[in-house]
Amino acid sequence: MLGLIGKKIGMTQRFSDDGEAIPVTVVQAGPCTVVQVRTKDHDGYDALQVGFGSKREKLASKAVKGHAEKSGRGPFAVLAEFRLDKPGDYEVGQELLVGDLFRNGDMVDVTGTTKGRGFAGVVKRYGFAGQSATHGTHESFRGGGAIGACAYPGRVFKGKRMPGRMGGVRRTVQNLQVVEVVSEDNVLLIRGAVPGGRDSQVVLRPAIKAAG
Amino acid sequence: MNVIDRLEAQQTRSDLPEFRPGDTLRVHVRIVEGDKERIQVFEGVCIRKTKGGNRATFTVRKTSYGVGVERTFPLHSPRLDKIEVKSQGHVRQSRLYYLRELTGRAARIRARKLK
Repeated sequence: MLGLIGKKIGMTQRFSDDGEAIPVTVVQAGPCTVVQVRTKDHDGYDALQVGFGSKREKLASKAVKGHAEKSGRGPFAVLAEFRLDKPGDYEVGQELLVGDLFRNGDMVDVTGTTKGRGFAGVVKRYGFAGQSATHGTHESFRGGGAIGACAYPGRVFKGKRMPGRMGGVRRTVQNLQVVEVVSEDNVLLIRGAVPGGRDSQVVLRPAIKAAG
Repeated sequence: MNVIDRLEAQQTRSDLPEFRPGDTLRVHVRIVEGDKERIQVFEGVCIRKTKGGNRATFTVRKTSYGVGVERTFPLHSPRLDKIEVKSQGHVRQSRLYYLRELTGRAARIRARKLK
């Protein structure tokens, strides 16, 4: 299904008609340009390659520039592909706008890179409860506790949740509601939070598991 | 102006009176029950105002049957019918949390002189 590439701008709130305050993420969505049409015969699968944003000429290699030129635009900051049944309906160079793809009330899936949290403990990383602040606890308030038994099994099981790198990975949040489409600014207001920090890139697709 | 500022400006209300922490307010809140709508008044001292475009809030404190009650309202909420400023108080803090410790005569606030 066709989607858009966008940039997270930040969060705010909107009041609905009946006065409810709705938390929203403001996402700059598009305008995207069709860069390449991939077909089953030529590439082995049907898809549309789409570009978003811009990159300084100096920073783009000749190959990247040449590829982007076919769509009549400068080098793009990001490219993404969307699988489609009939990519032939679109032409290289065609512009995709939010207003054409999403409506108020639609459900979307948003993919982005989560904020990097560095080497995180088990309380932050997996929501462990930590240990008691009183009752004689010493030097292990946020520890994870025991990690296994004794002679049997004599080892720590694989997949045991322990401290380590957290965040900075690609994640998709499904079924977020589009609260408002602001076509003039190419902006989408999405209910709730979206992976990543401000100015990070996100990919928006119609929800694959939308109810109804 | 960036997009977020513009979106927030669309939903800020300009019909509300100016008030400060320390002022005594009558807040008229629209309450919808089923399909009936009525207005409830919450009267007390404003002890806090927060900023932030259309996300601004203010907190009103009153003592109801000897129990302190605080209510925080979104300043720009369409559910606020109106705000009346009953009296203006002279205070030296912007957050009047010290009122929580005080009752009766000690919790009074001097009136602000208008210039």
